[in-house]
Amino acid sequence: MKVLMYGWEFPPHISGGLGVACYGLTKALSSHNHHISFVLPRLKQVESNGSHVNLIDVGQFPVYTSNLSPREFVVRQIEKISKSIDVHTIASPLSPYLTEEQYQEELRRLASQDAAQIPAAFRSTSHDISLSGEYGPNLMSEVVRYASVAGSIAMRVEHDVIHVHDWLTMLAGVEAKRISGKPLVIHAHALEFDRSGEHVNQAVYDIERYGFHQADAIIAVSHMTRNMIINRYGVSPDKVHVVHNAVAKDSYAGKNGHQKGTKEKVVLFLGRITFQKGPDYFVEAAAKVIARNENVRFVMAGSGDMAPKMIERIAELRLGRKFHFTGFLKGAEVEEMYKDSDLYVMPSVSEPFGISPLEAMRYDVPVIISKTSGVSEILDSALKVDFWDTDELADKILAVLEHEPLRQELVDRGSMELKKIQWENAADHIGHIYERIA
Amino acid sequence: MVNLCFYFQVHQPNRLKKYSYFQIGRDHFYEDDDKNGAIMNKVAQKCYLPTNRLMLRLIDRFQGAFRISYSISGVCIDQMRKFNRETLDTFKALADTGCVEFIDETYNHSLSFLFSQDEFRRQVELHSELIQQEFGQKPTTFRNTELIYNNDVALAVEKMGYKTILAEGADHVLDWRSPNFLYQPQTCNKLKLLLKNYKLSDDIAFRFSNKAWDSYPLTAEKFAHWVHAINGSGETINLFMDYETFGEHQWEDSGIFNFMEHLPEWILKNPDFRFATPAEVSASLSPVAKLNVPNYISWADVERDLSAWRGNHLQDDALDAVYALEERVIATGNEDLIRTWRSLQTSDHFYYMCTKWFADGDVHKYFNPYNSPYDAYINYQNVLADFETTLNR
Repeated sequence: MKVLMYGWEFPPHISGGLGVACYGLTKALSSHNHHISFVLPRLKQVESNGSHVNLIDVGQFPVYTSNLSPREFVVRQIEKISKSIDVHTIASPLSPYLTEEQYQEELRRLASQDAAQIPAAFRSTSHDISLSGEYGPNLMSEVVRYASVAGSIAMRVEHDVIHVHDWLTMLAGVEAKRISGKPLVIHAHALEFDRSGEHVNQAVYDIERYGFHQADAIIAVSHMTRNMIINRYGVSPDKVHVVHNAVAKDSYAGKNGHQKGTKEKVVLFLGRITFQKGPDYFVEAAAKVIARNENVRFVMAGSGDMAPKMIERIAELRLGRKFHFTGFLKGAEVEEMYKDSDLYVMPSVSEPFGISPLEAMRYDVPVIISKTSGVSEILDSALKVDFWDTDELADKILAVLEHEPLRQELVDRGSMELKKIQWENAADHIGHIYERIA
Repeated sequence: MVNLCFYFQVHQPNRLKKYSYFQIGRDHFYEDDDKNGAIMNKVAQKCYLPTNRLMLRLIDRFQGAFRISYSISGVCIDQMRKFNRETLDTFKALADTGCVEFIDETYNHSLSFLFSQDEFRRQVELHSELIQQEFGQKPTTFRNTELIYNNDVALAVEKMGYKTILAEGADHVLDWRSPNFLYQPQTCNKLKLLLKNYKLSDDIAFRFSNKAWDSYPLTAEKFAHWVHAINGSGETINLFMDYETFGEHQWEDSGIFNFMEHLPEWILKNPDFRFATPAEVSASLSPVAKLNVPNYISWADVERDLSAWRGNHLQDDALDAVYALEERVIATGNEDLIRTWRSLQTSDHFYYMCTKWFADGDVHKYFNPYNSPYDAYINYQNVLADFETTLNR
């Protein structure tokens, strides 16, 4: 089947699990004889990794014009679906995890760069969207721009089904469907409730709700996410399917004789340092562990809006000698980080799936995961905790560090289990969903 | 006779290189030699060399009537040896004139007094030996890092045999009193205390090129007029400032060199005024009163206290961590380890972690090689973790 896919991340340009998932998923789909055209807002950073898919850069497409321009259409749709969105029409950089504050910061950073260095995808090639070379004042403007170009791409790229990932691409999916009339699949990797708890951004929620109702099928990455889509967005259960994320076939890597730099045991948190990921519980548990066992180091790898608060808290606890921050890690560094680690902890408050524990297990790293995660629905060889119970988390960390048989059991069973959690199975399932609606 | 007493601070820190978590246990070299060398050479070209040559000319021209003093940190002298010998040679030439006094401080420009009196003494002794070796003088005047001072510092320094100590003329300590007299620390019977006249000092160091300042432009004649106005209400006017004021903080095109070139002749036009070094002021005057300074003061920021280095948890954690290693480091007796540990004590490392963004935040940012205090803290703790692993071997 020919699939027109709209996404935001693709390796090597990844800021989170979404890119990893899109890569694994598209690779498996293409091996199942699906042909995928993958649309990205900024192709410049994409290198050779995407040889199995046809990668399309939104910035290279002129906006198609008709009586009702796509922009007008999208704007009109937005006005219908949400009063919370203030539409501006200036291009801007965007990633799915930016908060409004981080977005403003990113704009300042970009604005200070030489205009010549700004990637082409951020500059307009169209006459429909007026661009002054300055950057837009709000996050929503890029959603509109992306959606406006989506239809133009849908006109030119042959496809049988449209498949979009998360809220930023939902308007694009709806617009593509309007132009080509092909069925729309929305793949829900995370919801606004996951990102923001109960303090949802109304505009984002409105777009999600609108998208879900326009979709012909919805893929949720876990039962937890499926329930949320049904209960919180009023979506018919019939069209919501659960397809768990996975890892690539033969992805087991092991430690491969890797030598650590430090002799202490290393406990790793790797992910965005945001509310959703529960970094604060990791910090509090670390303090409790170090109080009982000095022979340990904690590492928090990643970036995010809670990073300054976490660093200050570590300093306040006087743990700077034992607790390290790496900042955002890329490619080979991520691999080295996993290899350097003796235990991986994912204390997420709300994790629709959570692919990183599977990544850790590829390197023989035992994992402790939050019960409120999609991955806990399919993983047996992991210790599971309530994210808020830092006493329990500290206990379990100490148990893995101090009881070698427990560690060995988790690693051995984990590598067996990993072999069964494959993208090929997920692609199989998704293929059936395509067939049902196409 | 009224004394005009110049003391210039000369210091460059050993900046750390970007040191990631992955280097811990694998890379035991921490300093950014390229950056440190580049900055030393840049500052030498813009400030140290031209200013030293100017001072040499003035000393020569006034045949002993123009006298100044310097405190050069040990780390800075190490950098001159490594990257710019010419600068060190011109300081030696200044020492040879007999008109220049060299002042002691901690070798590493550290906050050691706040954490360990033993370590403080060892660093001061190391500095004293270095000054004798390089400049052939045994210092009798002391200034603590960033003019950090209180009664306890004075007492410790008096016990070490110093005759004079320098401090900030902070308003909240002086109250109604004037900085333009010689004082004695409350806790001392021999040590003399010289206080910085921060108003006149900052006119040169901070305001000189400020076009919004109502006294802009500042000329030697105008400044000498202000100094002369103190005649009868003061005995010593202490102008303490960073040496980098000349050519680095105030650029050459601001006219700062021209100002300094003409200042001595304007000052000396009034026969009641003379230039003197801190030791000379101290020897020629008697203290007018004892000064009680129970709490720490410094010359930093608007607060004139320790908050530039001990104002937040990041700084406190990093400082606690490095000083917690003292016993173990000293016990190794390993010269390399001890030297490395001391270089990690330089106050600048903690200054970079300061989170006071307002008012003085600008100054902090100017001197900060890191993007944020968080980066500074993370980098420092990574380095310290590696140092500790080395120590455990």
